[in-house]
Amino acid sequence: METNLPAEYYQLLEELQAVDFVLVELTLYLDTHPNDTASIQQFNHYAQERKKLKKAIESKYGPMQQYGNSYSGTPWDWNKAPWPWQV
Amino acid sequence: MKYVKSYVPYHSPFDPCPPIGKKYYRTPPHLYMTFQPYNLPQFSPQEALKKGTLWPALYDYYENPYDRRS
Amino acid sequence: MWIYEKKLQYPVKVSTCNPRLAKFLVEQYGGADGELAAALRYLNQRYTIPDKVIGLLTDIGTEEFAHLEMIATMIYKLTKDATPQQMRDAGLDAHYANHDSALFYHNADGVPFTAAYIQAKGDPIADLYEDIAAEEKARATYQWLIDMSDDPDLNDGLRFLREREIIHSLRFREAVEILKQERDQKVFF
Repeated sequence: METNLPAEYYQLLEELQAVDFVLVELTLYLDTHPNDTASIQQFNHYAQERKKLKKAIESKYGPMQQYGNSYSGTPWDWNKAPWPWQV
Repeated sequence: MKYVKSYVPYHSPFDPCPPIGKKYYRTPPHLYMTFQPYNLPQFSPQEALKKGTLWPALYDYYENPYDRRS
Repeated sequence: MWIYEKKLQYPVKVSTCNPRLAKFLVEQYGGADGELAAALRYLNQRYTIPDKVIGLLTDIGTEEFAHLEMIATMIYKLTKDATPQQMRDAGLDAHYANHDSALFYHNADGVPFTAAYIQAKGDPIADLYEDIAAEEKARATYQWLIDMSDDPDLNDGLRFLREREIIHSLRFREAVEILKQERDQKVFF
């Protein structure tokens, strides 16, 4: 199946990838620095940011996660292409 | 290029390939940091993603150090 | 349990249809120091290590699966729509005969993945030093791959993965420090 995703999709996705990357870095860092309160605050801030971004992407391009971690449209839209390696 | 090191391997007159000159290896920034200190300066999220780390102090750009010989 | 997310950790791009690069890259897919071995090694060590470092092993092990998906994406894009003749010219004739363009967990020499790549000694220090060595070996592999690749977009993704090995290695070193239990006596900060 060929679909041309709008440039906005790639832009939104990259915004989420950037925020999620900060969260990955802070997660590993906090695993070895559990008492760094400033980093914990920063972590919680970006955790909120990623929620907003996830919602924005899902409202236009369908669920990012499943098993109930995202809502479904009708019909079931989780298995709709494209998948991450295809885009 | 603090993290790029090199040595010159012995070259015998009976080695058929022309000498490569310096042989390079890397000693990346984490080797100088036993435990990451608090409050290191950070990249912006976009830049951190591009670089592969949140902290400039741990960033080490890699490029092929050898000339292309054909 | 694990939840899949429908996105790559990093936006993977490749510039050209180049199956030859895919042939090298598979080292990080099914090789001894590849992403699959890394993920399985760390997740498996969690059951026999002090609680303090289980979180770190879980999180790095999970990130390795994201890297595995990036490598798979690179291989997929480098070989997608390649003709049998192109596969043959790239030295992928034996692979094509067995797998068409399917991915397979083997190294760049075609040796199938084996559990023997994943050490588990049950000694926390021995296992963490194993992990540090694994990260440095993966970092070196990424360097040799970048040295041989002339695809700027591919190298961009490979540099990201190489940098991640540096961060993981540091975190494992910190885990060793934590297990030495000297952090309270020493002034680190």
